[in-house]
Amino acid sequence: MIKTVKMVGRMRGLAQAAHSSGKSALVAQQGSAAPNRLDSVFDRLKAENKKALIIYLMAGDPTLDDTKRLVLALEGAGADIIELGVPFSDPIADGPVIQRAAQRALANGVSLRAILAMVKSLRLRTKIPIVLMLYYNSVCAMGYETFCQAAKDAGVDGVIVPDMPPDEAGPLKGPAEEAGLRLIFLLAPTSTAARRAFVARRSRGFLYYVSLTGITGAKLTDIADVGQKVEKIKKIARAPIAVGFGVATPEDAARVSQFADGVIVGSAVVRRIEECCHAPDMVEQVAEFVTSLKTAMTQK
Amino acid sequence: MIATLPDRDGRFGPYGGRYVPETLVPALIELEAQYEKAKKDRRFQATLTDYLHRYVGRPTSLYRANRLSATLGGATIYLKREDLCHTGAHKINNAIGQALLALRMKKQRVIAETGAGQHGVATATAAAMFGLQCEIYMGTEDMQRQALNVFRMRLLGATVTGVDTGSRTLKDAISEAMRDWTTNVRTTHYVLGSVLGPHPYPMMIRDFQSVIGREARKQILAAEGRLPDYLVACVGGGSNSMGLFYPFLRDKTVKMVGVEAGGAGIVSGKHAARFAGGKPGVLQGTMTYLLQDEDGQINRTHSISAGLDYAAVGPEHSFYHDQGRIEYVYATDEEALEAFDLLTREEGIMPALESAHAVAHVIKLAPTLRKSQVILVNLSGRGDKDVQQIARMRGVTL
Repeated sequence: MIKTVKMVGRMRGLAQAAHSSGKSALVAQQGSAAPNRLDSVFDRLKAENKKALIIYLMAGDPTLDDTKRLVLALEGAGADIIELGVPFSDPIADGPVIQRAAQRALANGVSLRAILAMVKSLRLRTKIPIVLMLYYNSVCAMGYETFCQAAKDAGVDGVIVPDMPPDEAGPLKGPAEEAGLRLIFLLAPTSTAARRAFVARRSRGFLYYVSLTGITGAKLTDIADVGQKVEKIKKIARAPIAVGFGVATPEDAARVSQFADGVIVGSAVVRRIEECCHAPDMVEQVAEFVTSLKTAMTQK
Repeated sequence: MIATLPDRDGRFGPYGGRYVPETLVPALIELEAQYEKAKKDRRFQATLTDYLHRYVGRPTSLYRANRLSATLGGATIYLKREDLCHTGAHKINNAIGQALLALRMKKQRVIAETGAGQHGVATATAAAMFGLQCEIYMGTEDMQRQALNVFRMRLLGATVTGVDTGSRTLKDAISEAMRDWTTNVRTTHYVLGSVLGPHPYPMMIRDFQSVIGREARKQILAAEGRLPDYLVACVGGGSNSMGLFYPFLRDKTVKMVGVEAGGAGIVSGKHAARFAGGKPGVLQGTMTYLLQDEDGQINRTHSISAGLDYAAVGPEHSFYHDQGRIEYVYATDEEALEAFDLLTREEGIMPALESAHAVAHVIKLAPTLRKSQVILVNLSGRGDKDVQQIARMRGVTL
């Protein structure tokens, strides 16, 4: 009986916390003091005239413990933001490298709840912004509100759902805002002017510009075109612009960082993890690669 | 209400929609616009009808199966003979329609996924006839089961690409085709084969396939002077069933039954009965009933028939399931094989294993009805493609 009363009290407390953080997120959107770690990092980098290095990792590849070690090491190596992939059985936006990583993670029994628990334990040791990249069905299966509250409680800062254009974001938008999570949308080279305007106005935290017409890990061929598109989008976007898909080398990162606010490297990192996942110095090897990306981005 | 679905957002009630990467959104908007124009364009419709008559062999006959009806000792059974279509199944109705659209959009390359191989063969056939470049994605498990169709597609000049990820069946072939389309969207049209995927596909494919129901409605009125009591069709993605059912939806006296793949039985977990064992979610661009675990991961499915072996179902089916307008049941592998034998021996018609699921339900339903009652069953494809697989299962070397 006493337990029940306590539980209800706690839940009320949670709801109030959620409500107030929803309010402060709104204030942040209007440009004053930003409580969201993503916003703070982009603000700080802008003040320092630097660009964000965003590193994608598949959560649970090869194990959740490795992911935890990697996040901490990569922060030290120069990553500004971590994007954590949630493995899904049918990832239509991903190329073979990330598909294999998802399969490895799923084979280890990794679930969304376990990933959130891992993020929560990471939060005792780091303040690096963490963005979850997960497919719509993962959110749908947990429930929109349950997911957003759990993500907030774990210390997640933003969410990317690659198979959810803003047109379909209705059910997730409210709960995400309430929880202070930034909903990040994508634009692509195929996007028309009307789509660019529609999407750019809606993305929060940052806007993800897909640098090529294709899936993750494909070869980036036309950086000049990416630059032109990013310049166009900058004029209408409310959030900083980060460029990803196919950014694989320090040279790519350096060139993209000349026009974008952030550079996202995914498959190239995941491939290294795959290649040396049995090596005792796996984490160090990946960290070294991340350092080379960061160095290339800061040398002008 | 029925005539106005899907709504402007591509929704059938809560189902459907457009859950795809942004890269594909402009192409889907463009496809929808082009399709809407083509739909109203008399010349486009006349060209399509002409191909359906002279190339596909429509209208297909509505055949009264006297011996089967007598053997089962109940209702009078009619078969809508889609197995008589060129290439051996209803899939060609949609493939010709979409190939004409590809030409209209000036896309020189078409891609498609295939499960049983019938949609792949149909697309490869249309591509050959219209001079389009063609690539077909097929799970390697299905390539093994349907080796004959793989060879047919290659003879027709298509590239058949095996998909070795996941369950290596239809679901994985669709994901790979969507990835190809995401990469080559500027030059390529994706000829999706069933009433699945993002809007406008479920609507467009239903429209192309509803020629089945329009013909059947006229034919049964001519033959019996009244509408049937039951329509029965198998449901994989659900294009042959939606094609048959759609023109009858307003006919309140007509009961409709969709038959899913029960595989080794629901309890075994080895099946593809989405309504019996699934719940709503999003897969491959659409919100619909899915076979999934608690974490939202898509379950492996099983069916003897590659064409029904899929974890999702068309969103329009989900809507009519919830409305109670269409009843969904399932037939097991074993029941489908028995139905295959019965129809072959009694009528001299070898059904595709997919269509045999529909016949399996008729075997259960017909004896409960009177002779004056009419069941119209869609025989969506012929069984030639399955002969090798059946021989193998019975230990016969051909």
